[in-house]
Amino acid sequence: MTEEPKDTCDVIGSQKTNPSRDKDLAPYIKIKVLFFARARDLTGSTELCLEMPDGSTARDCMNKLLIEFPNLREIYNSMVLALNEEYAPESTILRNKDELAIIPPISGG
Amino acid sequence: MAEEEKVEAEEDLIEILEPSSGPIDLARYVDYVRDPAAGAIATFEGTTRDTFEGKRVVELRYEAYVPMAARRLAAVCAEARAAWPVLRVAVAHRLGTVGVGEASVFVAASAVHRAEAMAACRYVIDEVKASVPIWKKEVYENGEVWKENREFLERREAAVGSVPERKEAACCCGSKVRVDEAATDGKNSAV
Repeated sequence: MTEEPKDTCDVIGSQKTNPSRDKDLAPYIKIKVLFFARARDLTGSTELCLEMPDGSTARDCMNKLLIEFPNLREIYNSMVLALNEEYAPESTILRNKDELAIIPPISGG
Repeated sequence: MAEEEKVEAEEDLIEILEPSSGPIDLARYVDYVRDPAAGAIATFEGTTRDTFEGKRVVELRYEAYVPMAARRLAAVCAEARAAWPVLRVAVAHRLGTVGVGEASVFVAASAVHRAEAMAACRYVIDEVKASVPIWKKEVYENGEVWKENREFLERREAAVGSVPERKEAACCCGSKVRVDEAATDGKNSAV
């Protein structure tokens, strides 16, 4: 459906009707998604942009990513999310231009 | 200096060292926390091991979500400061390739008395393992693995709860040991 995202902040998940142009009816927000370590290996991408309906949660975003990159399921049960450089639960409601990072199990130290 | 990101909060020195920085200058951090009012300086040096489950480690590569790692480290130092009467805290973590046997992380804390210095030092390294977004890839002769800190998985488990399928994946070695598909065809065979 969409092209394989590259390193740049490509938009995936735009609707065919492109409702983002009709801001009054269906306001959309843009989310920057970052992939690190194993998540980057699995997606082949360091970052991309997601277009989401206003009011979407981090979980909605994650669900979209899992459709786009089914092999992210490998780490879904061990990863966490960070929103704007802070850990955040999946229920967090996103705002336009938020930065959502996929944090696979860390291994610093 | 060569550090990629540097954050100073109160008396804390926090450095995430970029690959070109070379070995950690331990004395720099010890001297940073040195203080005439201090009766103790506690330090922790984390070093890289040469074997994992019998496999010879060729090299280790670290990467970080640098701005978030710096923020987390600053928060961790602040938490240590709130919990114990420490004078100064310094923490450094290397990125990029770290040779076997070298220091990848270093923590130093000073306090009037040793108990507080040691407790704060331990708290900082424990939190680094549990919550600072830094990743280590171990490269073996026949593959490579992104390591996973038990401290992170345990904390995640506690936060997310025990949804059955999640619990299975978050525990123990099932997801811990992984040889990259492209890196080898001898999965788990070399011991």
